[in-house]
Parts: sequence; C-alpha cells; structure tokens
Amino acid sequence: MGSNIIEILKNSQSTILENWSKTQASAMSFNDDLISSQEIQEQSEELITAFLRNLNEENLGNGDAPEFDEVVESLSDLSISRAKLGFSPKETSVFVNGMKNAIIDVLEAQLISQPAQLYAASKKLNYLFDSFSIVTFETFIRGREEVIIRQTDEISEISTPVIRVWEGILALPIIGTLDSARTQVVMENLLEAIVETGSSIAILDISGVPAVDSLVAQHLMKTVAATRLMGAECVISGIRPEIAQTIVHLGIDLSNIITKASLAHALRFSFQSLKLEVRKQQTPANR
Amino acid sequence: MTIHLAKMRMGMSQMISVITKQSMLIQQDQDVVPFRNRVKECAVKLKMGLVNQTKLITAASELVRNMLKYGRGGQVVIEAVSKRNQFGVRLIFIDKGPGIPDIALAMKDGYSTGKSLGLGLPGTKRLVNEFDIESAVGVGTKVSIIKWCNG
Ligand SMILES: Nc1ncnc2c1ncn2[C@@H]1O[C@H](COP(=O)(O)OP(=O)(O)OP(=O)(O)O)[C@@H](O)[C@H]1O
Ligand SMILES: [Mg+2]
Repeated sequence: MGSNIIEILKNSQSTILENWSKTQASAMSFNDDLISSQEIQEQSEELITAFLRNLNEENLGNGDAPEFDEVVESLSDLSISRAKLGFSPKETSVFVNGMKNAIIDVLEAQLISQPAQLYAASKKLNYLFDSFSIVTFETFIRGREEVIIRQTDEISEISTPVIRVWEGILALPIIGTLDSARTQVVMENLLEAIVETGSSIAILDISGVPAVDSLVAQHLMKTVAATRLMGAECVISGIRPEIAQTIVHLGIDLSNIITKASLAHALRFSFQSLKLEVRKQQTPANR
Repeated sequence: MTIHLAKMRMGMSQMISVITKQSMLIQQDQDVVPFRNRVKECAVKLKMGLVNQTKLITAASELVRNMLKYGRGGQVVIEAVSKRNQFGVRLIFIDKGPGIPDIALAMKDGYSTGKSLGLGLPGTKRLVNEFDIESAVGVGTKVSIIKWCNG
C-alpha cells in the first residue's frame, strides 16, 4: 500500500498547494496587514516541497524521523517569525492543519475506492501533523520566553543607574522590588562607581520601592555595610511615612544607618559632611 | 510515625463573611511580586488607607517569603472579608513543607533557622489585626491573617 500513497502525494504537489492556498485565503483574509499573500504562498511552497521530498514509506506517521528535520526547522522558523509578527498560536496552528487537510483531500479523491487504505494513511498523517503542531506551539512559546527574558535583563539594567550628583556624591534611585538578584546588581554597580569616581558618599533613594520587608531591609543593610568597607558612607533616603511606620512595627532596627526623608535632605547632609556650602547668590538687589 | 502537632490559635472570630475570594500558587521568587500586587488591588478596592495597605503588603511579603524559603512554596488565598460593619483583607498561606516544631519559639523576635533577622513571623503579627498559625511537623504550615481597613 505504502509506495502507492507516497507516489500519489509526490505527484500531487501542485494540487495540494492549490487546495491549501484556498483554505488559507479564507482563514487569513483578516490578517492582510501582518503578512502578504505572496509571502504565505512562498512559505507554503517551501514547506510542501521539503515535506514531500523527505516523505517515505517508513516515516509516514513519525514526526521524529530525522528526515523531517528540515521540515521541523522551517516550521520552527515560521512559527517564531509569526510570533514576532503578532500572529496568535491558533493562526499558526490553522496554517499547519490546513496543509494536512489539503493532503488528506487529495488522498481522498484518489483512494475513494480503497477506504481501508485511505483510513490507514489518514491516521498516520494525523499522527505526523500532531507532532508538527506541537513543534510550532513549542517554538511559539520559546519565542515569547526569549522576549520576556530580554525584557527582564533590560529592566534590571535600566532600573539600577548610578548617578554622580556632585563631586564625591553618588545617588542610586531604586525603583521596584529589591530582591536578591537586584541587590547584587545594585551593590556591584555602586561599589564599582565608588572606586571609579572616588566618591565618599552614596545616597540610596528608595522612594520607588513599594514595600520594605525584612528581606529588603537586610539587603539595604548589606549594601550599607559593603559601602562602609570601601571607606565611603551610605545614606538611605526616600523613606515614606507609611514605610517608616511599617519598619518600626516589623521590628527592624535601622538606627545604625543614616536615613533621610527625601533625596534633597540626603543631599544637604552630604554637602555638610563634605564641608560644602550651597548659598543663594548675592545679587545687587538684596545686598 | 509520630506527628508532632503544634497549634496556637489567636482567636480568629467566627462571624466573618467572605465577599470575594481568589487563590494563587506560589512556587518561585517571581511569584512574589504578582501576589503582592493582587493583595494591593484587593486592599485598594476596599479603600484601605495607605498605612494599613503598606502594613498588609509587608506582612504578605514576609509570609510568602517564608513559604518559599522554608515551606517549598504553596498556595495563598486572598479574600475581601467583612465582619459586622468592618471590611478587610484576609490572606491564608498554606504549604506542605516540613512544618514548625516549636511555634512559640518561631514567634520570638530574632529566632531564625535561616541565618536571617528572625522578624518575619513576630513582625507580621504586629502589622496585622488577626494572626493565626497552625503547623504540624512533616505535614505543613497554615498561616491566616486579617487586616481591617480601619484597624
Ligand atoms: N512556612 C514555614 N515552614 C516551615 N518553617 C517555617 C515557616 N515559616 C517560618 N518557619 C520557621 O520559623 C522561623 C522564624 O520565621 P521568621 O519569618 O520569623 O524568621 P526568618 O524567616 O528566619 O527571618 P526573616 O523573616 O526575618 O528574614 C524560620 O527561621 C523557620 O525556621
Ligand atoms: Mg521570614
């Protein structure tokens, strides 16, 4: 039976492609803006060609067969590129299933008088395309995960800047949750900047930290301790009233740490300890 | 097998009715921030003041971290509740971790088996209005807290 079916399929490439394009035209009509019909046509042709070229009697029904590597690879590429174009995984699935339906339609037309063969072949094709669908689904998710990982990296980078506010004074606005990974980044950036700029005061501003629990407090204390080991002083600013109350009830003792209500207060303190004076300019008018 | 059952109840009153309820699985550090945001949303809906909100979120943060660090993760239930004319948020933390052999000791300021500050449990109790902990060695730990909007 086998060779017969493989032969039928290999000889029907253009009919399959035609059938498939028709179903796609109706399914994709609302997505004209995401991808051109020309592109779809090209992708379909490439996929069918690769599929039929590698199809043989043994691997019909086995998506894991090494001969299908090429097909799996182009399916993955297609799935990733569609994920980035904003297609939903469903639309990509519909695309792959459309190919299966087009193939089965051709077999049906040719094997109408041999239902047992038709059934056996359809069943195998179903297995095969199930595994192809899983590939597209997995790559789709992997594509999205890569985006998420990249964004996480970007966020942790942009959210821990070290600003040189004055000669000898650094400021680190901390925004978001200070978890262990963030603390590590903050500490590294801070210590590096202290060495690089020869600063003697660092202001950690926590106005943008939503809650200070015992873990965050511990991270802050460690950062302060590390700064002191470098011979610099560390001031924590931006402690909002509700956070101050919460810290006290929680029982955290920050008395060893210099804390200021706002960044401005911390800056004034820093100027004082550096023996700097900021004064209003004497203009002729108020002389 | 002997299961050492330790219990300490701080009398969570019975006449509490649940208005809304949602539950979340906590399995990794990344689950902490979304959980805290859900708690905050619930508190904001009930028009809880900023100070109480912050206390609640901090308490939630402590307990969820304990659950991750000592209890191998677990489940949390977030409820908007009312009792007579009061509204508040109830949080229930359930894990199937090793349990706490001596609750009275764990509730002491500064006691930690994790080289930490040992403030999580006692501090949380000070931050909320009602605090209830049950634990059985080898079975798990359940902590329930309530913060009333005007509490
Ligand atoms: N869910 C839990 N399962 C098992 N043991 C727990 C659990 N929660 C707390 N414990 C035990 O109780 C102790 C005290 O907890 P607590 O939160 O007060 O302090 P900590 O977590 O050690 O330190 P901190 O919270 O200040 O960082 C813990 O060290 C741990 O031994
Ligand atoms: Mg703790």
